Amino acid sequence: MIETRGLRRVFPGAGRGEPVVAVAGVDLRVAGGEIFGFLGPNGAGKTTTLRMLATLLPPGGGEARVAGFDLRREPQRVRERIGYVAQGGSTDPQISGRAELVLQARLYGLDRGTAGARAAALLDRFDLQGCADRPCGTYSGGQRRRLDLALGLVHAPRLVFLDEPTTGLDPQARARMWEEVRRLRDGGTTVFLTTHYLEEADALCDRLAIIDHGRIVAEGTADALKRRVAGDVVTLRLPEAQPAPAAGALPAEDPPAAAARLLGGQPFVREIGRDGATLRLYVDRGETALPAVLRLLDAAGLAPLALALNRPSLDDVFLHQTGRTLRERAA
Amino acid sequence: MKLLSDTGLLFGRYLGLTLRNPVWLVVNVSQPLFFLVLFGPLLRPLAGTPGFPAGEPFNVFVPGLLVQLALFGTAFAGFSLIGEVRHGVIERMRVTPVSRMALLLGRALRDTLVLIVQALILVLCAVPFGLRVSPLGVAVVVGLLCPMGVLFASLSYALALRLRSEDALAATLNTVTMPLLLLSGILLPLSLAPAWLRALAAANPLSYAVAAARALFNEQLGDPSIPRAVAILGLLAAAALLMAAREFRRAAA
Repeated sequence: MIETRGLRRVFPGAGRGEPVVAVAGVDLRVAGGEIFGFLGPNGAGKTTTLRMLATLLPPGGGEARVAGFDLRREPQRVRERIGYVAQGGSTDPQISGRAELVLQARLYGLDRGTAGARAAALLDRFDLQGCADRPCGTYSGGQRRRLDLALGLVHAPRLVFLDEPTTGLDPQARARMWEEVRRLRDGGTTVFLTTHYLEEADALCDRLAIIDHGRIVAEGTADALKRRVAGDVVTLRLPEAQPAPAAGALPAEDPPAAAARLLGGQPFVREIGRDGATLRLYVDRGETALPAVLRLLDAAGLAPLALALNRPSLDDVFLHQTGRTLRERAA
Repeated sequence: MKLLSDTGLLFGRYLGLTLRNPVWLVVNVSQPLFFLVLFGPLLRPLAGTPGFPAGEPFNVFVPGLLVQLALFGTAFAGFSLIGEVRHGVIERMRVTPVSRMALLLGRALRDTLVLIVQALILVLCAVPFGLRVSPLGVAVVVGLLCPMGVLFASLSYALALRLRSEDALAATLNTVTMPLLLLSGILLPLSLAPAWLRALAAANPLSYAVAAARALFNEQLGDPSIPRAVAILGLLAAAALLMAAREFRRAAA
């Protein structure tokens, strides 16, 4: 449904600033009928890529086929076949939801009667009949987002782009949006969405790509990506400063650093990451690593404050690929 | 065909928005009405002074006011577009296969229709002050206002898409419209002006519109200023349309 090679976009820098490479060569392959997620921190190039694929922004380089047509040579053909739902809304506060839907359908070439019927069906499906003829300015956030989605679906496209579809929604509205996205996929529509929520990428997307600094750093199903990191993750929290040094303990090194040095040398630890006083050990088999870790720490007089054994999350994938955590940046 | 139907759809949308608040239609015509009532009477004693064109003073003044209305009534059209860009409406339309020219034309034609209605209101209000004009003269002046409306509305929209900020747009428009107004002979005929000022005014397309409108209101339907103004304004309007449609094509929000 989507295939890109080396898709690029550079924006001129502000004033005399250096040009900003927003998208630095993206290769993607999205199959028909899947929910494909584009995960990355804010400013990673998600929206720029999406806007290029939706014909809103001409690519600076590279090639792409979207919905069967060449993005650069036949953008008009692409437009007829895709839907796009922007992040920041798409309606005039003075105009009613129904009027917006009818106009949008007619801009896609539907005749008056079909457009009216289609608008009514979508208002019904998205539970907007109650406010259909009121100006959009009076809608709640969830209602407006559902109307935005309906506007992107008014011509029943086979491919829909959703830019951060759940950002700013309360948990209930978010669950509702997930349900709608799954319904679309189950109806045969391909959904390409961006998100900076790990849970969303994990729970909702059939496949995903992680993007950072305009480049794809990993692509696959959430499970495959997590498997690639390592078997399990042992998370340790240590005290910031040594309370009472035991006899024969390590010199006055702070406990997290000491523990990292000690455990990093063990053969069963594949990789180790430190974030303040928290260590993350990537190990092959968590259930055997855990007692060994405890024994080693105990022998060194390093008592952990907390200890947990987890399956790797998408955050671990991101951390593994970029050396940074997505959570703190997404906050 | 697609251009026509798309333009029709968007024209309907924007006309609907205008009719929702018809007050603005009247508010916009109030400025030239103030000129008519509070400035026009000053001209009466000037009639007959050397350099002042012959004829009824209001037949000299009202054509200028109509051109002023065309300028100020449509040049500020870009403000509403900035609001629409901010709400994401333009992006939503640009993602459809809608003709980019229609995105511009639908709006610009609405602005031009509003301008014509306002011009007729102004002409009617001027009759009690002594304006004497034939329906044919009015019809041809309206025909002259159409390319002006398209010209200034298109330029305003193109500028709005470039600047993306109400503040920057207001500053730019104020800087541009004031010399255009003063160099057009709208308030007082340029026949009163020194040679250098007249030379400067010759570069201002509005001065041709004013000259043609005055000829029409003084029953000089064969005056060469009329075809000249139609040609100049028609060409400029076409160029502005193409330029502004290009902005809609490449607009990156």
